[in-house]
Amino acid sequence: MSRRVRLAIFGVGVAGLAALLVWGLAGLPDFGNYQGRYGRIVARSSVPQRKATDAVTVVTFDYRGFDTLGEEFILFISVIGVLALLRTHRDTEEGDDLEVEAIRRAPPPSESLALLGRVLAPLVLVLGIYIVAHGHLTPGGGFAGGVVLAAGLLVLYLTTGRIALRRIRPVETFEAVEAVGSFGFVLIGIGGLIAGAQFLHNFLPLGSSGLLTGGTIPLANVSVGLAVAGGVITVLSELLDQRLLRRAR
Amino acid sequence: MSFLPYAVAVWLFVVGLWGVVTSRNLIHLVICLTVVQASTYIVLLGIGYRTGAAAPIFADIPTGTPTVDPVVQALTLTDVVVEATVVALLLALAVQAERRFGTLDPKEFGALRG
Amino acid sequence: MTAAAAATPALTALQAVLLLAVAAGGLAVAATRDPVRQAIVASVFGLLLAALFFAFQAPDVALSEITVGTVALPAMILLAVARTRARAARAGAAGQRTGDGRPRNPGSEPT
Repeated sequence: MSRRVRLAIFGVGVAGLAALLVWGLAGLPDFGNYQGRYGRIVARSSVPQRKATDAVTVVTFDYRGFDTLGEEFILFISVIGVLALLRTHRDTEEGDDLEVEAIRRAPPPSESLALLGRVLAPLVLVLGIYIVAHGHLTPGGGFAGGVVLAAGLLVLYLTTGRIALRRIRPVETFEAVEAVGSFGFVLIGIGGLIAGAQFLHNFLPLGSSGLLTGGTIPLANVSVGLAVAGGVITVLSELLDQRLLRRAR
Repeated sequence: MSFLPYAVAVWLFVVGLWGVVTSRNLIHLVICLTVVQASTYIVLLGIGYRTGAAAPIFADIPTGTPTVDPVVQALTLTDVVVEATVVALLLALAVQAERRFGTLDPKEFGALRG
Repeated sequence: MTAAAAATPALTALQAVLLLAVAAGGLAVAATRDPVRQAIVASVFGLLLAALFFAFQAPDVALSEITVGTVALPAMILLAVARTRARAARAGAAGQRTGDGRPRNPGSEPT
């Protein structure tokens, strides 16, 4: 089947799909006219019930915590998939050394860039920790803060060629961090079971205002932040080829 | 005029699919999938929007002011981050395919051999 | 509440402009064929999408989209391109056909 025929069939198919989508979306209430009651009830009760002011984080980690558990394991499995794909054939293929040599032969970053990285990376890391810790009060939370943490480490790597301090072995550390984060969320859920209620029940005492409110929500934020940061850094370092990182220069 | 968000979502879906079908490079194909994902985010957030309402953060507004729907925002938020790692998985598949077949062009792939 | 909703237009001008910019950005991402260039275009697309999410009163989602769409995603794309390009350069030197057809000097570009 030639390319033109395939493109013609695709054109017909996608026109039909677009028509169906437009017809389906036209049946929704007008934009700006949200009618649902569940959202309104959740928004109105997140502060009295959980003492946390960010309704989106309360929904993510408390009211719909089970969905978040599933999403977190999608992340976990994707990271395992990347590791499984890129690690298995590494030592049996010839020419991998050429690949590593090509990347290693690139000139090291300049001194001014390294200085900029050493100044910028701690700021970004502190910003990430802030976003994770205040997730239940202001916009942010574990997911956004975890990616900011990973971005801070990426800045450090790009500007200095080193992804962690000399004594930490970066590869194993971040895999462990990711596993701890993912499992931490499950432990919080099991804590709800131990407290006598259902899985992922919010069993810690709710404060009145400030940083330590929301029961299990700050803990869930921290564990998801660790899982996301560890996962993203593991994936990035695996795509780069971990042999370059294993011997910290 | 208020159909514009959904129209843009349908447009992004179609454009992303067109990019996937006419792609000659596996990595380009994977990025076009992120465009398709963006269309679903716009539909989700468009559903939850209320005219003149505020963001669902009650740190500075009193409880009870009308806000947009927080539930669809929670769905979209987790989705954005998790799909990044799924894209990484797809990119790893592309790297592995290039290793096996020597090319990134989808039309040059032969049958998968174990 | 319905009277107030009928008085103010549902779609503000800012949202309409950002929606059109996002539509153009999506077309640009799909139309850019070279993956390295596409990484930068995808980064700009992520930024436009995050601005649109802000206009939809969704700050959490916008924050996640900024970090993912402008930093993490282009980094992954460029790393994948670097992995395949070094291999393609070796294959091109050995006489086989390469994927994007442009064998390059392996040591000539930064990581």
